[in-house]
Amino acid sequence: MSIEFRSVTKRFADETVAVDDFSLLIPSRKTTVLVGSSGCGKTTLLRMINRMVDPSSGVITIDDEDIATVEPVALRRRIGYVMQNSGLLPHRKVVDNVATVPLLNGVPKAEARERALELLDTVGLDRALADRYPSQLSGGQQQRVGVARGLAADPNILLMDEPFGAVDPIVRSELQHELIRLQRELGKTVVFVTHDIDEAFLLGDQVVILEKGAKIAQQGHPREILANPATEFVASFIGADRGKRRLAPVAAAATGDDVLLVDGTGYAAGVISAPGGKLAYSISDKTDQAGDA
Amino acid sequence: MNFFLDALAYIVDPANLTGAKGILPRLGDHLYYSALATGIALVVALPVGLAIGHTGRGRAFVIAISGAARALPTLGLLFFIVLFTGLGLWPLVAVLAILAVPPIIAGAYAGLESVNRQTIDAARAIGMTEWQLLWKVEVPLALPLIIGGIRSAALQVIATATIAGYVGLTGLGRFLIEGLAVRNYTLAIAGAILVAVLALLVDGLLALIQLLVTPRGVSRGVTSTAPRSRARLRRARATP
Repeated sequence: MSIEFRSVTKRFADETVAVDDFSLLIPSRKTTVLVGSSGCGKTTLLRMINRMVDPSSGVITIDDEDIATVEPVALRRRIGYVMQNSGLLPHRKVVDNVATVPLLNGVPKAEARERALELLDTVGLDRALADRYPSQLSGGQQQRVGVARGLAADPNILLMDEPFGAVDPIVRSELQHELIRLQRELGKTVVFVTHDIDEAFLLGDQVVILEKGAKIAQQGHPREILANPATEFVASFIGADRGKRRLAPVAAAATGDDVLLVDGTGYAAGVISAPGGKLAYSISDKTDQAGDA
Repeated sequence: MNFFLDALAYIVDPANLTGAKGILPRLGDHLYYSALATGIALVVALPVGLAIGHTGRGRAFVIAISGAARALPTLGLLFFIVLFTGLGLWPLVAVLAILAVPPIIAGAYAGLESVNRQTIDAARAIGMTEWQLLWKVEVPLALPLIIGGIRSAALQVIATATIAGYVGLTGLGRFLIEGLAVRNYTLAIAGAILVAVLALLVDGLLALIQLLVTPRGVSRGVTSTAPRSRARLRRARATP
């Protein structure tokens, strides 16, 4: 279930160009994080994958099938979608919210409910919450329900639009680690949008840093980006120039091609080992702190 | 000499309940005209209101039309129509329906517009068709406001249906007209009380329904999981 953008442009009715000639391959069964500041077009990119937004030009394919030829409703039902503020239906119980898509697909009610209860287990929610309404849950619990709903139809692709943006840092960190665990178990093709570079580096197998107009500033594994910011923009975005990041690469002659990582206060936090380097790869856990802002 | 007490005595006197000019048959007629007019208005106005609320299109146009309809003097319009069609049930039902349409449309579109945009966006993004979105998300969440529009329409129709007496029909308005014609104020006040009580009863009934249809997850707490945007709030306040 790889997704490919080929020269995709999106021009809105008011002539603003949200996405300008964007091409990207999103590999199957990996987490790709689109990260950039507000208005860089990252959410537009995400919403083009399930045809909530149609490109003005260019082609998007899922496993080489042009999605413009797929009926939007059918396409959306086979793609999981998790959004900020959960987007749950306030008038339906948790279990019914999770079962929404299977029910739309014609799965019998009892079966859909049973599957929804299993999904509550999967996302780490107590089954006792099944008969509550969304407004009776905490923000973090609502987001877990949102993830469970996204997974309900067992989609191969999961789109996540700043899903943890509105919860407090401690819950966010919890949810991030839950997602890493889930992804290890399920192996979905996850496309994740965020403006939080720490979140991007934590979750992404592939991180795509975007500038205005969805221009790709740099893409690659977090390690590559951290070690080698391609441009001033990237360096500034990942905070390397301000010494603000917990982790920043510095040249370390003594260790050959290895890159030493120091945190914002100058302490060595770990090393990125190069193929010919002397030291083992040992980045300290970047996430034991909630955020550096 | 207390008209009000006399009127109450008239209403509770069993002798006045039945017969050609009795309270019960006239009450029945009054309800019949009102239900017919409100029913026809529902058939016309609900689809329009829901369409506007769902698509967000045509709002200005329909507000202008329904504003004009509200300004029409119902009694004048009734006489005007009767000039062309002659006396009968349908001119009355038509003018009452015209009266009922604007509040029903307003209730329907205001109801749909009050539904959180993120909820709608999410429902669409997980694969609901527009039809499913309307019936499974928008209408259930908007139902209290939709019923509110119907309630306001029913109240106006019941109050205004007193004019039936002017065009050869009956209804509770006959008491008023007959009473005023022969300066029998007891009779006129009895009619007025009956209309007022009927209107309040129907209003109370619809208020109860409004409470019952309020979605449970919503009545228990906040109406949505996220605050609405300022623009939306402003628009919601601006709608009647």
